[in-house]
Amino acid sequence: MLSIKNLHASVEEGQEILKGLNLEVKAGEVHAIMGPNGSGKSTLASVLAGKDGYEVTEGSVDFDGTDLLDLKAEDRAKEGMFLAFQYPVEIPGVSNINFLRTAINEIREYRKEDKISAKDFLAKVKDASNLVELDNKLASRAVNVGFSGGEKKRNEIFQMAMLEPKLAILDETDSGLDIDALRIVSEGVNKLKSEKNAIILITHYQRLLDYIKPDFVHVLSEGQIIKTGTKELALELEDKGYDWINEETAQ
Amino acid sequence: MGETYTEEDLAKNLEQQEYKYGFTSDFESDKAPVGLNEDIIRFISAKKEEPEWLLEKRLQAFHAWEKMQEPDWAHVNYDKPDFQAISYYSAPKQTKKYESWDDVDPEMKETMKKLGISLEEQQRLTGTAVDFVVDSVSVATSFKKKLNELGIIFCSFSEAVQEHPELVKKYMGTVVPHTDNFYAALNSAVFTDGSFCYIPKGVRCPMELSTYFRINEGGTGQFERTLVVADKGSYVSYLEGCTAPMRDENQLHAAVVELISLDDAEIKYSTVQNWYPGNKEGVGGVFNFVTKRGLCERNAKISWTQVETGSAVTWKYPSCVLKGDNSVGEFYSVAVTNNFQQADTGSKMIHLGKNTSSTIISKGISAGQSQNAYRGLVQIHAGAENARNRSECDSLLLSDRSGAHTFPYIECKNNSARIEHEATTSKIGEDQIFYCQQRGIDPEKAIGLIVNGYCKEVLNHMPMEFAVEAQKLLEISLENSVG
Repeated sequence: MLSIKNLHASVEEGQEILKGLNLEVKAGEVHAIMGPNGSGKSTLASVLAGKDGYEVTEGSVDFDGTDLLDLKAEDRAKEGMFLAFQYPVEIPGVSNINFLRTAINEIREYRKEDKISAKDFLAKVKDASNLVELDNKLASRAVNVGFSGGEKKRNEIFQMAMLEPKLAILDETDSGLDIDALRIVSEGVNKLKSEKNAIILITHYQRLLDYIKPDFVHVLSEGQIIKTGTKELALELEDKGYDWINEETAQ
Repeated sequence: MGETYTEEDLAKNLEQQEYKYGFTSDFESDKAPVGLNEDIIRFISAKKEEPEWLLEKRLQAFHAWEKMQEPDWAHVNYDKPDFQAISYYSAPKQTKKYESWDDVDPEMKETMKKLGISLEEQQRLTGTAVDFVVDSVSVATSFKKKLNELGIIFCSFSEAVQEHPELVKKYMGTVVPHTDNFYAALNSAVFTDGSFCYIPKGVRCPMELSTYFRINEGGTGQFERTLVVADKGSYVSYLEGCTAPMRDENQLHAAVVELISLDDAEIKYSTVQNWYPGNKEGVGGVFNFVTKRGLCERNAKISWTQVETGSAVTWKYPSCVLKGDNSVGEFYSVAVTNNFQQADTGSKMIHLGKNTSSTIISKGISAGQSQNAYRGLVQIHAGAENARNRSECDSLLLSDRSGAHTFPYIECKNNSARIEHEATTSKIGEDQIFYCQQRGIDPEKAIGLIVNGYCKEVLNHMPMEFAVEAQKLLEISLENSVG
């Protein structure tokens, strides 16, 4: 589904952050990307989602047969890529519902489908809000305005459930969540997981992986994936930190 | 040449000639010569068969105007119009603006399509509808019948002068005297037409009164005069303007609007202004210098709601004089400027009576290289015990080259007053746009969404259908303004 080859990316000031990153993600898989601060985790999410301010200098990203890097950010979303933001953005005066209906209809138009009917839309809102135990009132409130940290993260997963992406990148969705919220968010993600879609979890902490079981764990350091393993690797990282891998690769 | 000249060509030529001549001769007899003097004013008054007292008022206004200076305190920059180079009277335009639907500017058609205006309505607005005239007349007729039953008067200003001179004489100039300001004086001297509305005691007008519905409206005049009187205990919601793009050759527009809300009455006045703003380089466009003011008697209420997207230069401060005890004034405004537009707009709330309260919510949006200023005055007079005001002035910048300015003035002569003023300036966030993009919404739609969200508090005060149109208008006004 997603094939990243030798990806190099810099910030506009010129500093290179991603330095030859390779990653293969297939449908039905869950990948966790871990790594110390400044290793390039969030940059990877931003570059994949098409955020301004980054320049890809080398490499390629294939998304289901499409050259992802050639697409505008909104078209990447329409092709089925979803980013759960680390810091969800507030949009005053625009209700969640209105926001999502606009998004869904834009996506449907791109796929040459009819607009969603009010009935189908409301049914979807109901299902999706139940999934993450999001209060119905939040669905009609302005996007993320006055939401608590936990509510914002739940709202991201709510949106993911509404948009049904092929590939979801969850950028530190676990940060700032208490245990209960973490469980709710994780259960929501698990229910959305299928043989047809794939998930990339970007996280600092092993504890998220207790709830969402990854098929692969990658360690990102200085803009490259330096080690790939299974769930056990995450436990080891929790135990020993990142330094031992850096030393191992140095040898 | 002679050989190929057929009968058809001859017929065509004759048709065109006839049109040309017909047009010119109408023109000649119904247009005043350029310039402004007493004779011109007498000419206008005579043309309109006005009573002597109105001519006297016009002349008084003219003499006052002669002694006045064009104001230059507003935060706008433009070449001052040459008032002697304007023709102050031309007969209401009966001629079509366009010969056929095919002649209408495709850009204008596209805009109207985007606004969701039906084809019929599009043709009516461009004056190219022939078949539909019957339709709109019948709508207007049934509409008038209903108003008549309730004793509501809703007609052109000229008609009111003829049919209801006592009402016009009693109220005209009582809220905006002819000495008020330069443009109001000019308007009082040379106004040609406008709207008049009277709601009798205790009557609640069952429908939104819209100038849009009035037949024989033609193009609105350059110097328009509106007078709305809500008698004791009555209510009216009045809509002015139209979201469709208005092209007009008149560069200077100086309208006067007076609202009178008698004891326990309420007037809700909504405006959408979309005059030609000039091109992307800032050439052309309408100067919109308007005086709008309302007077509230005891327990009365006046609420102004405006969405301003047009005009090259706007100078406009819909105000409320809260004369009666317990009266309420409200002002809700969205002003959008793009390219090289300049707007200096806001409100004045004059508190005279006891327990009077006012609210000002102003949302300015600046894009391109435009300048957008809020200017407001809250004045609490000595006798206004327990007056309250809340002002909230927000500015949203869409580009680095645009400007947002806030000039709030507060004058308080009574210690019991409670005045709150809040102002914010923000730049539309790249992170907000990216967030929308990541959900599949392109930047242009994203800006529309964000801007509409920002204006929601104001749009909520508009009648539903008007608000929907205004929303679309905002999106269109800000097209290609990212960055």
